Amino acid sequence: MSQKVHPYIPNMVPEVQAQMLKVIGAKSIMELYSGIPEELQLKEDLKLPPALTEYELRRHIEGILNKNTSAKEYLNFLGAGCWQHFIPAVCDEINQRSEFLTAYAGEPYEDHGRFQALYEYQSLLAELVDMDVVNVPTFDWGQAAATSIRMAARITGRKKVLLAKTVASERMKIIINYGTPELEFEFVQFDTKSGAMDLADLQEKLTEDVAALYFENPSYLGFIEAQGTEISTLLKANETLMVVGVDPISLGVLAPPSHYGADIVCGDLQPLGMHMNFSGGQAGFIASHNDLKVVNEYPSRLFGIVPTVKEGEYGFGDVAYERTSFAQRENGKESVGTQTALWGITAGVYLALLGPNGMQEVGQTIMQNSQYAAQELNQIAGVTGSRLHSSFFKEFIVDFNQTGYSVEQINQELLKKEIFGGKDLSLEFPEFGQSALFCVTEVHTKEDIDQLVQAIKDILAK
Amino acid sequence: MKRIQRTKKTRDFHQAKWNEPIIFELHQPGEKGVELPPVNDKIALAVGDGTSAIPVAMQRRSKPNLPEIGQARVLRHYLRLSQETLGSDFNVEIGQGTCTMKYIPRINELLVRDPKMMELHPLQNEDTVQGMLEIFYKLDLCMREISGMDYFSFQPSSGTQALFAMASIVRKYHEQKDEGDQRDEIITTIFSHPSQAATAAVKGYKIITLHPDENGFPDIEKLKAVVSERTAGFVVANPEDTGIFNPKIKEFTDIVHQAGGLCFYDQANANGLLGITRAKEAGFDMCFFNLHKTFAAPHMCGGPATGALGVTAALKEFLPAPIVDYKEGKYSLQHDLEHSIGKVRSFHGVAQTVLRAYAWIRALGAGGLKEVAKTAVLNNNYMYHKVLAIRGAGAPYVKGHRLEQVRYSWEQLTKETGVTTEDIQLRMTDFGLHYWTSHHPYIVKQPFTLEPTESYSKEDLDEYINALEQISNEAYENPEIVKSAPHTSTIHKIDEQDYLDNPEKWCITWRTYLKKTEAYDLVN
Repeated sequence: MSQKVHPYIPNMVPEVQAQMLKVIGAKSIMELYSGIPEELQLKEDLKLPPALTEYELRRHIEGILNKNTSAKEYLNFLGAGCWQHFIPAVCDEINQRSEFLTAYAGEPYEDHGRFQALYEYQSLLAELVDMDVVNVPTFDWGQAAATSIRMAARITGRKKVLLAKTVASERMKIIINYGTPELEFEFVQFDTKSGAMDLADLQEKLTEDVAALYFENPSYLGFIEAQGTEISTLLKANETLMVVGVDPISLGVLAPPSHYGADIVCGDLQPLGMHMNFSGGQAGFIASHNDLKVVNEYPSRLFGIVPTVKEGEYGFGDVAYERTSFAQRENGKESVGTQTALWGITAGVYLALLGPNGMQEVGQTIMQNSQYAAQELNQIAGVTGSRLHSSFFKEFIVDFNQTGYSVEQINQELLKKEIFGGKDLSLEFPEFGQSALFCVTEVHTKEDIDQLVQAIKDILAK
Repeated sequence: MKRIQRTKKTRDFHQAKWNEPIIFELHQPGEKGVELPPVNDKIALAVGDGTSAIPVAMQRRSKPNLPEIGQARVLRHYLRLSQETLGSDFNVEIGQGTCTMKYIPRINELLVRDPKMMELHPLQNEDTVQGMLEIFYKLDLCMREISGMDYFSFQPSSGTQALFAMASIVRKYHEQKDEGDQRDEIITTIFSHPSQAATAAVKGYKIITLHPDENGFPDIEKLKAVVSERTAGFVVANPEDTGIFNPKIKEFTDIVHQAGGLCFYDQANANGLLGITRAKEAGFDMCFFNLHKTFAAPHMCGGPATGALGVTAALKEFLPAPIVDYKEGKYSLQHDLEHSIGKVRSFHGVAQTVLRAYAWIRALGAGGLKEVAKTAVLNNNYMYHKVLAIRGAGAPYVKGHRLEQVRYSWEQLTKETGVTTEDIQLRMTDFGLHYWTSHHPYIVKQPFTLEPTESYSKEDLDEYINALEQISNEAYENPEIVKSAPHTSTIHKIDEQDYLDNPEKWCITWRTYLKKTEAYDLVN
């Protein structure tokens, strides 16, 4: 290997190495490692598979990837935190541009475009949630929710947090790990018929040490929580902050949480232009009003628009950088580092392409398609198309309890028919028995939905 | 036509300047950027408009105030912004020290865009994602060999999140031993990344920061003075941001272990160590690698990325679940980890970076990885010698060789000319080069950190050095040209303090800008 010059390592050329060593005044490269004690230096080569040329590499990896069956080949009705949506080609074009793909922490002067694109992302998302402040994206929804909750705790100086019991278990685990040991969590019960929050239970648990209530709307289980205003009234009376997680693709048709009293709104950007990528497309956002007390508690970067020394130019930069752990280490507001900025830019492209009408259209189509799917599934004997009687967005619980089959069995059979069935909820929500969370979006055609319904009919007719 | 003589040492560069409006200014009512999949007529007939089902209180009453723009204009707008961005593909990105900017192999970008990768749902039946799980598992095996650790999780989606996961494991580990309350301190060093201190603080720990001795080495006597029965863990980068390797690292980890603490290793700067030395032999219980640094996944304007988290067998059960297992010819997800910290990120993490890192390792093999390390160190020491020869530049602490990077100082130049490292940063822009002024706190005065990695040729290194040299000469001869930079950027110097740190003036979104400027216009 060391005899060849690898295409990724230009200075493997022996003559060049000799020239450089001469400048340094060293006899060999290994001499440069003299600061590492002998006993810590590896004596043998690493045991790794042999190097591949580009052609071999491509064949090797494509060979492995071919063992996958993608949602492009099979019909997919899985959601539950990662969703299949239509991705405009321009989104892909922009996020694979070399400049954006390989940029990192450049300054406003060489990376003006990156700053502007992220500022625009913040501004576009702000319109969607109808709030004045949006951050440069965080890791994912779970982390955004965890941080929103920690922000609320710092703002109120309180340590107790209420979580709706219907919060996604993936996110719940992130939130609890992120809040432990500082915060104490308690769960608010829900009505198993509608999914709606149990307001009596909320009121009982709403003691004066409660910093925030966190719930999701549309909920993880798909239903729309209609009591936003009532919840807000209860919270305000207790000076507890309302933190709401939201699927942003619903906001062309659903009221943004700011309209029913939310103080902090968070969610995942993946529906806005990101492929599923086996969950590599997730990115979190946090939004709030332009309240100094709240803005000061963001740990993440916030890009602002500023004048330059020359009239007629916009520049951009970090607002209140001294909040961050970059500047303050352990005294900063939580921690920040590499997050998911490229997905923020991509979400901006998505919102710019769809505009106000597109966001309304996509929301409406999702509602129509998912309602149709639930309605058709409901026609199947023994199947309840939507277990909850509330209205829902994109996702809904399909109840198989009366079929005599478990969700696992049904999903196995669906797989044979080239369909990925809904997420099995029997472990996460045992109160629903053998039920599954199905996701139907704008990508599903009537034929797709009819095919699912027919497949389930066939399975149950066996 | 005369042949151009390339005698000038710096590049005659001008950054793209499109004077591109803010996207809201492109709004033209009636235009649209994309056609969406339509709803089927029969579905509409069966369910109506769909939205009437939304409870009235939850209906959006007015459309979001987004701009309406045709597709070509949206594309043009973002392409112009991309041109106004100097990604690492376009410049000799040596100036972003501590971040290991390296060549992003294009074959990897092509592979991650395979629909067999992009269109996978994380909850698909395991039988349908055997290829993806195989890649996770095979990268795990490579990482084990590179670090000496026993198991890896690829769930954390950055170095910061991996550090947070490690701090979470430390807490859970001591809680399991009923020492959770007693062990409330984490020790780190000042030249380790700020996230080490910050993430441990998020996990509720008191942070003890060690400062170096006069040679820049973490001070072992100071460590001995602070370890106690309250020590939960020790987190450190080695080499630190100075490029100095702590030769007593094994003694450090032994001291912490004797006190009952865990040792976790920030290997964000592992580029000079591949195949040379490992976390295991240095006595660490955990380590992480930034796949977007050492393993050549792109930085993507600041993510998504991956912090590959490795632990010894004793800590396997504490990892965030699930991890990938392989038995009897089948890959599976192992969810049941007895002491798991839970999750730090949803599902499995950023699968694309996992694939990229695996592809990069396979393109190099063991010999290639070692050549990466050796060449990165050669490049760095070459630069070190050349930079120290520039008037006004220095590098504090131990003389001799450094590993993959050096934290330099312009302290002398600033004293003699008044030109600061921030001024130099802006002037470097004029040559099409990125330069960063390094981490707070500025222990090293007027700092800059250069990390040349293995990706750059000697000519590339010379280009960067020449630019620094020219700026030094300017600082001594005509400092105004440096202080008034940038001259060939997209924009001129921004008004930082007055707008970015002033709540009355800052505008984090366009709507806030409109509100504030309209209010200003009304008053005036």
